Amino acid sequence: MSVALPAGRRRSGAGVPSGGLAMGVSMLWLSLIVLIPLAAVVERSLEGGLEAFWNSVSARQAVSALRFTLLVALATAAINGVAGTLIAWVLVRDQFPGKRAVNALIDLPFALPTIVAGLTLLALYGPGSPIGVNVALTKLAVLLALLFVTLPFVIRSVQPVLLELDREMEEAAASLGARPGVIFTRVILPSLIPAILSGAALAFARAVGEFGSVVLISGNVPFDTQVASVFVYKQIESDNPGGAAAVSVVLLGLSMLVLVAIRYVGAWGSRHER
Amino acid sequence: MSVDRRTRIGLRVVALGYLAVLLLVPVGLVFYRTFEKGLGFVWESVTTPAAISALFLTLEVAAITVPLNAAFGIFAALALVRGRFPGRRLLDALIDLPFAISPVVIGLALLLVFGRTGWFGPELAEAGIQIIFSVPGIVIATVFVSMPFVAREVAPVLEEIGEEQEQAAATLGANAWQTFWRVTLPAIRWGLAYGVVLSTARAIGEFGAVSVVSGKVAGETETLTLLVEKRFQNFDLAGAYAASALLALIALGTLLAMSLIGARKSEA
Repeated sequence: MSVALPAGRRRSGAGVPSGGLAMGVSMLWLSLIVLIPLAAVVERSLEGGLEAFWNSVSARQAVSALRFTLLVALATAAINGVAGTLIAWVLVRDQFPGKRAVNALIDLPFALPTIVAGLTLLALYGPGSPIGVNVALTKLAVLLALLFVTLPFVIRSVQPVLLELDREMEEAAASLGARPGVIFTRVILPSLIPAILSGAALAFARAVGEFGSVVLISGNVPFDTQVASVFVYKQIESDNPGGAAAVSVVLLGLSMLVLVAIRYVGAWGSRHER
Repeated sequence: MSVDRRTRIGLRVVALGYLAVLLLVPVGLVFYRTFEKGLGFVWESVTTPAAISALFLTLEVAAITVPLNAAFGIFAALALVRGRFPGRRLLDALIDLPFAISPVVIGLALLLVFGRTGWFGPELAEAGIQIIFSVPGIVIATVFVSMPFVAREVAPVLEEIGEEQEQAAATLGANAWQTFWRVTLPAIRWGLAYGVVLSTARAIGEFGAVSVVSGKVAGETETLTLLVEKRFQNFDLAGAYAASALLALIALGTLLAMSLIGARKSEA
């Protein structure tokens, strides 16, 4: 935060566009493109009344898709939470040839279109796999796709914290005879937890809504590998926007919840630092 | 933490192994599969009329979307950092929504506003404007999904540079526009460039939201990512790989741009 100068009454007409115009334009644009359409989803989901909403959300196939989505997204966040922390540690504290290239490659899942990500995994882990592993059309395939697309979140959130970490504490602990494992769990990990949690939360949010990478590899088998976003898509295709909107509202609620949680973790993290 | 050599190498192997199994080997394999039939085949496959029209549509959508996002991003970043209005926190909370929402839900939302039976459907039909199942729908969907990138990259830079220089310019008699153009914009240029790269990559790669609103008419509303899906579903695996390789090349270019600009950004 810039606190150097008072929030001042600047001479009108001079200085930077001090927020009023910028705020108006951004809010208007955000409302037009994002908020109004989302309101339309909520409205459509309630068009037939609360009962119709509830019937759509509690239909067996919807419940099954939502439950599977939640579980697989949680698993994704947990696995990439651990793997991401480990990779971040290796990228920050270890030295090996090619480290910069590896570091740049981490962002590949963000840069690669999701449909290509799905096809890519299918090439190695689908029918015709050169290593004889075929997980296509299974729940494991969905997990694999989600692990791929959410890989960078935890790494990119933990890396900067690890870089800034004061190493004196670790040295002090070591000089007092603490073993590396103890130093990690007692000294390093506590400072990383907020970053790990917010990275994992982002990964979770992304996994809950993911569509492109999952749609080819999962086979969309209802009651088995069908995730919520694919369920919504199928409802749109079969001209049932009401049902699609109802499940979408559940997904929207989850997204908001995660955003709020990330804010909370962020606030807690910055308090932690002081 | 001074870990002994064996642990360190063990951790390194696990980390790199995870990356290899998840990222490197699959992506490498797609390139291998694409080119094992020879360059000629790939060239033919990405120069069919449908593929060329998909490529141009994808580029056209990105060319419209990215400037819009850049402009919005600058405004939003200014509002977030410099704004002193009660709406600031609300904007800060809402701006990340597009990242947290499923692309399919985004597509549905646009359908329910601009579609035939949507909120503005009848009026749009009367005026003879078609948004859903045509290019404007694809553009709006892409703007939605890639909206926050520039704002999120520019805001921290704005915060860091502070307001002293801008106020000095104002004191010296520069008007708001001059101050922005001569002082603010040069200071945020690398953050802006980074956001633009991320936004471009997302615009080119968007699939879910676009697939709901596009209608997927070959030669008209079919983007590259939709072409990949269609070829795959029509059992044209080699064709799908070729189109994917093209998209993957764009992604690698994005990574390169990111690391080059990222280095500049941290120098500045």
